[in-house]
Amino acid sequence: MSINFKNELYRGIVTENPIFRIVLGMCPTLATSTSAMNALGMGVSVIAVLTCSNMVISMLRNVIPDKVRIPAFIVVIATFVTVVDLLIAAFIPPLYEALGIFIPLIVVNCIILGRAEAYAAKNPVVPSIVDGIVMGIGFTLSLTMLGAMREFLSAGMIFGYAVAPFKHQFILMILAPGAFITLGLVLAGINFIQNKES
Amino acid sequence: MLSSLLSIFIVSALFNNVIMAQFLGTCPFLGVSKSIETASGMGFAVIFVMVLANIITYFVQLLLIWAKVEYLQTLAFILVIAGLVQMVEIMLKKLSPGLYKSLGIYLPLITTNCAVLGIALLAIKKNYGLLESVVYSFATAFGFLVAIVLFAGIREQMKYSTIPRAMEGFPIALITTGIMALAFMGFAGFKLPF
Repeated sequence: MSINFKNELYRGIVTENPIFRIVLGMCPTLATSTSAMNALGMGVSVIAVLTCSNMVISMLRNVIPDKVRIPAFIVVIATFVTVVDLLIAAFIPPLYEALGIFIPLIVVNCIILGRAEAYAAKNPVVPSIVDGIVMGIGFTLSLTMLGAMREFLSAGMIFGYAVAPFKHQFILMILAPGAFITLGLVLAGINFIQNKES
Repeated sequence: MLSSLLSIFIVSALFNNVIMAQFLGTCPFLGVSKSIETASGMGFAVIFVMVLANIITYFVQLLLIWAKVEYLQTLAFILVIAGLVQMVEIMLKKLSPGLYKSLGIYLPLITTNCAVLGIALLAIKKNYGLLESVVYSFATAFGFLVAIVLFAGIREQMKYSTIPRAMEGFPIALITTGIMALAFMGFAGFKLPF
């Protein structure tokens, strides 16, 4: 069987976008989108964990009894999260400081358990890996976009580079209210476009 | 001693509210807040689970340190919490079928409520003792209860207003939360008298 990667990518980024369409994994989305860089770091960690856990869960799907599948999935996911956690702590300490508790919390990110349950537990290994990658990319792109928006609105910068023609400070966008309101408005915008299309 | 516990309580319940300031537990917050009744049910379930989880993880952490395998913290904690939630679910099914029915899918989701694991990890990170950890988790869960019940109240009122079609559902819920978070930021200006 062959997998059309392009179609899968479209599915991950547009039709089944984890953040904007399925609205899963709110906590890390809100907490780590304070800047484009933090968001990208979080997104890449999620891609790594999601791909590896999808692969292993798909390999084990016929071995794990149905009744204990959730705890078994969580063990697999937690293992990879620990690996990522230690790697980031060792190699990118500033990112580790910025993301803090939200790295170990990838383990309870609904997206990862959701994909394990909805996809990897029912499909062969290769499609599950592809699913992990495309869903991870969808998550990363949306998260980075939100991060860039909030960084731009709060300080006129994206990825730490000043892009706004004037200097301003709007700390609220980095704080909690800014996170909720930005995501709310983006979701409303997407709904608006979608309503117009249909 | 007492004043430090009291300050932990006030700071974690109001100043540093789990949802409004720390973004922990947003999924159940948005998911089970359609009516005050289910919201308070969820809130109490979270209080129960969170305090129990913090007590147990305190000892699990001691065990991990004793066995020199601190890196298994995430794995050990999440398993303990998952088991605990399962137990609460079975108990609730027996003791209060009505509440069990209304909480439905969200009870198993307490496992993936990042607040429970998050607070357990944060309590260890902050080097809290057992008593402080209990107060901290209770206060945080209480803050969750306050936030979710207030939010459910607003949502019940919102049923009677006309909302632009594009804003229905999640967008308006998120923006409402944002405005609530703005209100909660007001607490940051207070100074504790002790």
